[in-house]
Order: sequence, then C-alpha cells, then structure tokens
Amino acid sequence: MDLIVAVLFQLIYVISNLALISLGLAIIFGMMRVINLAHGEFLMLGGYTVVVATNAGINIWISMLILAPLIVGVIGVVVERLLIRWLYGRMVDTLLATWGLSLLLVGIVTSLFGASTGTTVSPPLGVLRIGEYSASGYEFFLIIVTILLLFGVWLTLRFTKLGLLARGTMQNAEMASALGVSTSNIYMITFGLGAAVSGLAGGLLAPITGVLPTIGATYIAKAFITVISGGAAILAGTTAGSILLGGINGIFSFIAGSTFGEIALLLAAIILLRLMPRGITGRFFRKSL
Amino acid sequence: MKRKRGDVVVETRELCMHFGGVRAVEQVDFTLYDRELRCLIGPNGAGKSTFFKCLTGQLVPTSGEVLIRGHEMTGAEPFEIASLGVGIKTQVPNVFDGLTAEENIWLSARRWHGESRARALTAETIDRLDLGDIRRTLVGRLAHGQRQWVELGMVVAAEPWLVLLDEPAAGMTHEETYRTAQLIEEINKTSALIVVEHDMQFIRMISRQVTLFNEGGILMEDTMDAISADERAREVYLGHRS
Amino acid sequence: MTKGMLRKMRPTFIYALLGIIFMLAAPSVLQLFTIINLTTAIALSVLALSLALIWGYGGILCFGQVAFFGLGAYVYTISAINFGGSTWAILVAIIVTSAFASALGYFIFYGRVSDVYLGVITLTVTLIFFSLIRRTSGPEYKIGNALLGGFNGVSSPPINLPWNSASFLFPEQVFYVAMAALIICYVFVGWLVNTKFGRVCVAIRENELRAELLGYDIRAYKLGIFTIGAGIAAVGGVLFCNGVGRITPDIFNLYNAALTIIWVIVGGRGTLIGPIGATFALFYVTSALGGQSVFNNNLVLGIILIIFVLLVPKGVAPTIIGWASARRKKSQRRVRRRRRAEGTR
Repeated sequence: MDLIVAVLFQLIYVISNLALISLGLAIIFGMMRVINLAHGEFLMLGGYTVVVATNAGINIWISMLILAPLIVGVIGVVVERLLIRWLYGRMVDTLLATWGLSLLLVGIVTSLFGASTGTTVSPPLGVLRIGEYSASGYEFFLIIVTILLLFGVWLTLRFTKLGLLARGTMQNAEMASALGVSTSNIYMITFGLGAAVSGLAGGLLAPITGVLPTIGATYIAKAFITVISGGAAILAGTTAGSILLGGINGIFSFIAGSTFGEIALLLAAIILLRLMPRGITGRFFRKSL
Repeated sequence: MKRKRGDVVVETRELCMHFGGVRAVEQVDFTLYDRELRCLIGPNGAGKSTFFKCLTGQLVPTSGEVLIRGHEMTGAEPFEIASLGVGIKTQVPNVFDGLTAEENIWLSARRWHGESRARALTAETIDRLDLGDIRRTLVGRLAHGQRQWVELGMVVAAEPWLVLLDEPAAGMTHEETYRTAQLIEEINKTSALIVVEHDMQFIRMISRQVTLFNEGGILMEDTMDAISADERAREVYLGHRS
Repeated sequence: MTKGMLRKMRPTFIYALLGIIFMLAAPSVLQLFTIINLTTAIALSVLALSLALIWGYGGILCFGQVAFFGLGAYVYTISAINFGGSTWAILVAIIVTSAFASALGYFIFYGRVSDVYLGVITLTVTLIFFSLIRRTSGPEYKIGNALLGGFNGVSSPPINLPWNSASFLFPEQVFYVAMAALIICYVFVGWLVNTKFGRVCVAIRENELRAELLGYDIRAYKLGIFTIGAGIAAVGGVLFCNGVGRITPDIFNLYNAALTIIWVIVGGRGTLIGPIGATFALFYVTSALGGQSVFNNNLVLGIILIIFVLLVPKGVAPTIIGWASARRKKSQRRVRRRRRAEGTR
C-alpha cells in the first residue's frame, strides 16, 4: 500500500514538474502563437536569480517566490519590446529569433558567471515519510505550488479584467483592437507574465537541479514538446499534455529506468502529433482555456 | 440553347456536409451533363461554396456520394480529382506567388505532358489569354484581376474536360469580367463547367441552366430568366415578397 | 538536360569549377592542419547543402536534419568496423539513413503533419538519438564487433581505397574525397532543383493547395525530397567522422541542430552556394573564438541569428543577388532613358 502511494507520488510529481516547466511557454504560445525557444533560458535565469540572491543573504522563499518571477518578468518585457514585437504572425521567424535569443542568453550568463556555478542552494523542507518510504518534502511543496499556479492562471484568465482582455485579444486581435484594446500592450504584458511564470518555475527548481548556463536545454525540449502536443489552449493543453506525456514518462521510468522514460516520452509525443497534428486541444476541448 | 443530352459527368446523391450542428449542404442531388455550363447561385451561406468544395475534394462530405464520370470520388483527395482531368479555380486565387506567370502555367501543363509539349502548350496558353506582357513577372506582384487570369491560365493549360470555377469574376473590372465570360464560352466548347457566382451581370453573360441554392439545398434549377421571374427565388434574394 | 536547364545551371557549373580549382590548389598552398580542419568544414557544408535543398527549395523546415548526418556517421563507423573496410560501409550508411528518413517521412507527410509540428517531430528524433546513444557506454552495447561507446563515441576507421582495406587514405587524400563529394553533391542538387521534380517541390513550397489542385501528389514529392536530403546529409556524416576521426553523440544535440538551421538562414534560403559559404564562414568564426569564455560561441551565434532574422531575413546570398539585379536594372533604365532622350533630339 505504501509502495503504491510512493509510486503514485512520484508519478504525480513527474506530471506536475512537466506542467510547471511548460506553463510559461504555453501562456506565450496560447496567447500569441509565439514559440519562445528562449523559454529554457528564462527558467535558467530564474534559477540563477535564486542562487545569486540567496547566496547574497536574501531569504530563499523571497528569492524564489518574488524575486525570480519579478526579474525574469522584466527581462521578458524587455525582450518583447526589443525583439518579439517585430515578428508577430511570422511563426518560423519568431522561432528562429528566439533560438538566437536563447544562444545569446546562454552566452551572456556564461560570460558573467562562467560555465559552471561554484555554489548552489540546498532544497528547503525536509523529508516526508510515507510508511516505509520517504519522499522529498520539497517535491510535495512543488506539486502544491504547481496546482496553485495553474489555478491562479485560470482565475486570472477567467475572472479578471486583464484576463478578459487577454482572451479577447487571443481569439480575435483585430476585433479587440477595434474595441479600443491596446493589443500591443496586451502582448507585452502577456509575454512578461509568461516569462515571470517561467522565472518562478526555474527558481523553484533551482534547489533540485542546480544551475548551469546550459541547463535551459534540458527544459526546452520537454516543455516545447508538451506545449505543442497539448495544443493551443493554455491550461487545458498544458494539463492534458503533462498528464499524458508525464504519465508515460513516469510509468516507463518506473519500469525500465529514466533513460527509457525519456525516450518513451519522446516517442509518445511523435505518435501523438501524428494522430492529432494540431495537438490534443486542437481536437478535444477546443473551446477551453 | 438546347441542352446537350449526353453522358452524366458529375453527379451527387443525397450529399450532406455538416459542421457540428450547421447543415451547410443538406441532401443535395445534382446532375451535370457533358459539355454543359451550369452556374450555381444563391445568397450568402446558401451552401454553394461548400458544395463546390465537396466536388473538388477540399472537404470530405458527411454523407452521400460524389460521382465524377461514374467514378465514386466522395472524400477523395484534391489531387486525385484533379488527376481525373478536372480543372479547379478557388474562390481566393491560389497561385504560386514566388514564381513567374509563365512558370505557374508551365507547372500545370507539365503535369500532363513531356518537356517540349509542355513548353509549347505554355506558350499557346499565354498567347490565348494575352498574358504575354506579364509572363516573366512574379505572380505575387500582379494585380488581383491579373492573378485570377494566371489562375485561369493554369486551369486551361491542363486541357481539362471539366472545369470548376469559384467566383471567377470576383474583384474584376468590367472589361476583365467581359473577357472572362468570353473565355468561359470558349472553354465550354470542349469542357463542361460549373461556375459559382454572385455577379448577376456576369451570370447573364454566360448562363444557360442555373442552379439556385438556398439554406443548404437546391431551391430550383432553370434558366436565369425563369429564376428571375420566380416568386420564391426573389424572396430568397430580397427577403420579402415582392 | 535541355538547353534552358544548362543555362540556368551556369552559376552552378562556375562555382563547381572554382571548387575543383580550390581542391587541386589547396594542399600545395595550405598547411596540413588547415587541410584537416577544412575537411570537417566540408563535411558540415554537405549537411548545410542537404537542408538548403529540403528547406530552402522544398519548404520543409526540418529541425533535426543533423539526425541524418549523425546517423550516417554512426552507421558508417559501425559498418566499417564490422566489415573491416570502408567501401561497403559508405553505401550502407547512405542506404540505412535514407531508409530511415523515408519511413519517418512517410509517417509525417502521409499523416499530413506540417509546419511547426513537423519541426517538433524532427527535433524530437534527433534528441532521441542523443539520449539513446549517450547511455550506451557499457561493453554490452555493441553492434557486431563495434562498441557504441556511449558519450565518448567511437573511433571511425578512415576511408580506404575501394575494396582494399589495407590502403587507407591519408588526410590530404581524404580532403580530395571530401571536396569531390561536396562538388558532386552540389552539382547534383543544382541539377535536381531544375528538373520537373525539383520545380514541383518548389511549387509545393509556394502553395501546397494549388500544387494539389494541379494534380500533383504532394505527399510523394515531399517524401522524395526529404529522403534525398537525408541521403546527402549521410554523405556529410561519413566525411565528418573521417575529418574528425571519431563520432560522438554530441553531434545530435540542440546546439548542432540549431547551427544547421543558422547556416541556411545566414546563407540564404533558395540558394545552394549561400548556405555552403555560410558554413565555412561560421566554422572559422567559431574556431577563431576558440574556447573563450567572454565572447563565446553561444553569444556570437545568438547575435548573428537575431540580426539575420530581423534585418537580413533572406540571408546573405539572396540579398547580394538582389542588390546585383537591382543595380543592373537601374543601369539598364538609365541607358534606356538616355537612348530615348537622344532619340528626341
């Protein structure tokens, strides 16, 4: 019984991890059809913010929950104004430009901090006991935070004025603009928010994964694949994609080790895209958020 | 003009196209004879373009059958239908913007012939449609009417026995519309045609039998004069009893 | 080959000729070390050529073109070790890679997957290779006599004279083979894009629906060009592991996948010589930067990519061609205006 709970816990963690790292990308993709390949670097920057701030003496919870999203959010706004703004509607070009941005950010961080970091941060919160098995208390915390984050995004989109304006712009930008909405500002804010969510995610994961300039690469592939497989709906897509791909990853990892888990995820994504070329929410739950 | 009683070249049986709850085309039985010219008219949303797309393979019908020259082609891919010898012109011009007018037409001719015959046919088509001045221009740079003509050139160069045109006169000047009508008359000498149109003047220039669509079905099929005089037809177009 | 086609291929033949001259002259002029480096750059430019074909001309944005490159390299290496010689290994590498590509392509094109989603799938494929092969370090991972070697990779047997495995080629001779392969592939692709097949592929890139409405089975054409592109990439892979001496799974990583795309963007989609030139240029830029930490490769490559996407979206070659033809047209107009003015006097 305890084994089942422990295994289930791991599975849920894998799924929520995937959702956490993908949400920022999904917000930007769902809203603006921009595939931000620098997403992994936003996560990385969030991680660096936490490590640098915490080692400078700032309380770890503040670095993770406030500083990381704030700083990366601002960076996101700057990126949108300087780069993304010129490329709306040109999906391939934004893909390529953000790829360039990704390389650029890795390069800048390497220049500033060197190719590897000297110090890291250890995960706060201790160990959870599940009968005979122990699980990481921090992982439990992350699961809760992910659920809260998804809920928070849903609340914002559904019930706030900003959310309404954002959804309107997402569905019909011209109409929204004709009604007096500054679509340019909406895009800027949304990109900033997506970046902030990514920064938050990266910051939260820093104690577990450590930080390297190149760590973005480990995130981007999975996040990219999850978002595309999930389809255009921000929340439904991310959730569906994470559950399906994360679930397969988790199950196969449990059966045959993490390598096979990764490969199973990638293969599942390929098959998924073949069967549903527009992602899961391109076929099901099409009108959902 | 007396209708030629020959083979049936296009037939639909109880054709339906539903989009979720919307019944865009509902139980349509349609027949076209060899070398017949038929216009499809009707108010917006009547289902003409949807019906058209079921014939070209751009849409897979929900139910019913599409038969072209006796072959069951329901839900076939557009290239399979085109490969039967059907020339298709879509509502929004679908041309190769990055290529010259000549190259556009060549690609059509080359589908059916070898190198030298294709080149000759391309030159013939350019002359026939008077596209000589713009043969080396990138189609993306041409005016709307010219692009439609390049597209017509592509249709003609394939020497089809059935031609499907969706709003060939849209956005054209009066002079261009007249020339298009003439071209269609010429094509009709060797091919059957189905023309979806809104432009009443244009329809009067070319029509024999006209099929009036309304709310997904065929309301009536007759000559343009008969339809214009009909009560129901006028109600459908004008929305009230005259 | 028609007269028209020969005329269109004139620039191709000119560049090929320049290539031959370079090939013959270089070993006498350059140091051996440079020649060996060049061989690697040549291998990479064959990869660029393959993407220039399927993306620049065919419109197929394959993020994972490097997967075919690496696969060709690995299949060559493993086959050569097992056969004890390179001759059949080269053939097997090309055939296996092309077969794999056609299976993948069938899956993608007959499933009507396109655009971005195609990009994701191909990127995923190269990442799968990366993940898979990296973990094959143990002695139990081998094919025939060849250990897969995990993240350390495998040493590649050098190319030998056909069916004479004792007489393997020296670096200078490998350089000749590489240049010859590049020139042959280049002329082949230059010819291919002017055939009916090539021109239909270009039309498909321009407007898929219209190509279908003309009666072309676009799935088959895309599959064809995709497979050919993979075969060419495999040739590059074979040359690469001869230039470097070994092949490691790093070849499949994100950085290299991005680099391949960058070559074609910078060089120019719709041209062949552009991406080839861009490969050499970027190869030397990254080599010159060395392992520096401040102005590192990522930084420079990132800036280059951003600048090109924003400011020079067509790439170098088409932009230069654009300038050249604009200047020619301007001077033609000037001549015509002068003639008209003289006529009225």
